[in-house]
Amino acid sequence: MSGEQMRSLDEQVQEIKSDVLDIAAELGRLEERLLYPSNTQVALFVELEDGDALRLDAVQVEINGELVAHYIYSFKELEALQGGGVQRLYTGNIPTGEHRLDVSYSGKLKSGREVSGSEQFAFVKDVEPKMIGITLAGSGNGAISLGDW
Amino acid sequence: MRRPSLLLAGLAAATLMASPSSRSDALKDLYFGEALYHAAMGHYFDALQRLDTELGQHYDLDEPDLDSLHYHIDAAEFSVGDFELRYRMHHRAGRAIRAVLEGDVEEPVRNEAAFRLARIHFQKGQMPEALEALDRMEGEIPPAIRDDVEFLRANVYLATGRPADAVPVLKSLADAEGLEAFVAYNLGIAFLQDGQKEAAVAQLERAGRVRVSDGSSIAIRDKANLVLGTMLLEDERNEEARVYLDRVSLDGPFSNQALLSAGWAATRAEQFERAVVPWSLLAAREPTDPATQEAMLALPYAYGKLSVHGRAAEYYGRALDTYGAELRKLDASILSIREGRFLEALVREEIRKDKDWVIRLRSLPESPETYYLMELMASHDFQTGLENYLDLADLRRKLREWRTGFDAYDEMVSIRRAHYEPLLPGVDTEFRQLDSRMRLRLEQHERLRKRLQAMLTAPRPDFLATREERRMLTTLESIGEQLDQRGVPADDPQRRRVERLQGRLLWALRTEYHDRLDAFHRHLEELDNAIVALETRYRQFVRVRQAASHSFEGYDRPLVRLRTRVDESISRLDRLMARQGRLLEIVAIDELVVRRDRLEKFQDDARYALADSYDRATQLQARRDAE
Repeated sequence: MSGEQMRSLDEQVQEIKSDVLDIAAELGRLEERLLYPSNTQVALFVELEDGDALRLDAVQVEINGELVAHYIYSFKELEALQGGGVQRLYTGNIPTGEHRLDVSYSGKLKSGREVSGSEQFAFVKDVEPKMIGITLAGSGNGAISLGDW
Repeated sequence: MRRPSLLLAGLAAATLMASPSSRSDALKDLYFGEALYHAAMGHYFDALQRLDTELGQHYDLDEPDLDSLHYHIDAAEFSVGDFELRYRMHHRAGRAIRAVLEGDVEEPVRNEAAFRLARIHFQKGQMPEALEALDRMEGEIPPAIRDDVEFLRANVYLATGRPADAVPVLKSLADAEGLEAFVAYNLGIAFLQDGQKEAAVAQLERAGRVRVSDGSSIAIRDKANLVLGTMLLEDERNEEARVYLDRVSLDGPFSNQALLSAGWAATRAEQFERAVVPWSLLAAREPTDPATQEAMLALPYAYGKLSVHGRAAEYYGRALDTYGAELRKLDASILSIREGRFLEALVREEIRKDKDWVIRLRSLPESPETYYLMELMASHDFQTGLENYLDLADLRRKLREWRTGFDAYDEMVSIRRAHYEPLLPGVDTEFRQLDSRMRLRLEQHERLRKRLQAMLTAPRPDFLATREERRMLTTLESIGEQLDQRGVPADDPQRRRVERLQGRLLWALRTEYHDRLDAFHRHLEELDNAIVALETRYRQFVRVRQAASHSFEGYDRPLVRLRTRVDESISRLDRLMARQGRLLEIVAIDELVVRRDRLEKFQDDARYALADSYDRATQLQARRDAE
């Protein structure tokens, strides 16, 4: 086994990974500036309120009555959300001012009962980028709540 | 390099991943949460990209304590190291963790960092450095990693030939939750390495009976029984050996070797009927397994010893058929690898859906028989090489995707430039005029505000005169001056009239002063609100104006630079992938050649034994006929 060669290549692979990560970071910043300028940028994130209380199947979001995201979750994605991860659901552009956000979801509770809901929110877009966190609890009051970040 | 699998198996029990450990740790930074989301799905590149950017921005802030990442900064620093480790970037992971270690952090955090660093060194086979990192730990160790720290220390001692030091550490971990089977097994190995054979036998005997339920612990318990059985077999304690070999689960990863050894234990005790049982079971299993291939030869040997030559000949015949088929498969596999199909199959994404994806490669047309590579896969270097090859393929795919975006970005920028450039000079001219008018109004507002402040401390009724009143006062003052110049006496009716009018105006200014001051204050407040709205609109305009410029200015050089970097990286990746791929092919072919040589030897043995069996069967038949 050419262990020495494998290790030498491994070093080079680590270097190129590092370089590509740097490129990705620079490209990410440039794309964000080019595609989503801060004065119009709006980003929507989804998180689950309480670990495994909700088995989320799908989320749909409209801004000012226009569908911007309809997402169906895979098992892996659901596990990532249940583990405390936050999903970037949508990034787009809207003008400054007041806007309407409609969020609906469907899924199953821990008990196996199917659950769905929808909620309407108002938000204001200022000149700064607008980050909105959508937290889904699955049941009770505040099954869908909005956080400003 | 092949590392003792007992150590690798032990590490699997340790948790590597930093995540919001409990839901009570409310997430305060969306981007950190986003990085964790990618990491939880195994997308470590994306996780690192997000978290690197977020950490970079955090440390660039004048007041990072006000940033939402501040609440998770320790976890974020650890996570970077973890993600890098999982993305097999050990150098960067080591640097990230060293940064935590050398930073101004609390004792438990520092100790956790030292543990993580030690683990990286251990995984890289750098034992002195691993021990040095462990020795840096002092004071409070987080309870969640206490057992893992000691287990790692024991493993480092074992890997550096210090079993006597490992023994007390492992003894102290006898009740470590989740590590029971690993600790029990490693303690047996420590005794063995230390030359305490009887203690090793007793300990492995205990390790082979540990009550566990998870898959990896059951596997290590099986391994304890297999090692013990093999040791006793080597000492010709065949009956004892069989007891432990029989304890190995029939469906675990060590079952084939255990069945093979159980057969040999019976054979050495000349109990051929008993040897037939495990070997019959084994001979019917996956024909690519080396133990199965050996059993195919061993089984007819046992039948021969039982003088069942006809059946022996039949099984030798089956073995020859299987060996022939496997040799053809091996030849085809070697050819397939030489033609580059192994690497082609490796980079097909749809095949990599489950953990046994390397085995599933064999199902692709004209792909090599990857079952033969499973043993090779267990070696650290080959596994690293394979994973690196896949990572390189993923990076190349990403870079190629990015490269296709550059043309679109160029076009987008030029369209925006064509739209804005003719408009902006006119907009700027108009804006400058509005800007100067606005500044004038702002100065006026500031003067009025100062005037109000002054009047609050020293009343000035004249400041609150209306324009008409100010005009009248000025006129009366002028008439008075003219009368003075003309020497008009004080009791002149005209002068008296001027004074009466002046008095009337002053009366109004003095008596209405407070009402006028209130009104002035109220109007100024209204003006303040208007000024705030004006300034907001002003800032908005400035931002929008800046955004218009930013939408097409300042992209050309970064795009050129990125395009060059991406092109260079693709070239480097192509070269590196070719070298990495070639090396994998060579190693894989070498492995297949070894297996082919072994099979050819088995084939020769089987041919000879088949002929011998026929002879013996014929002789036996002749003897029976003669009788």
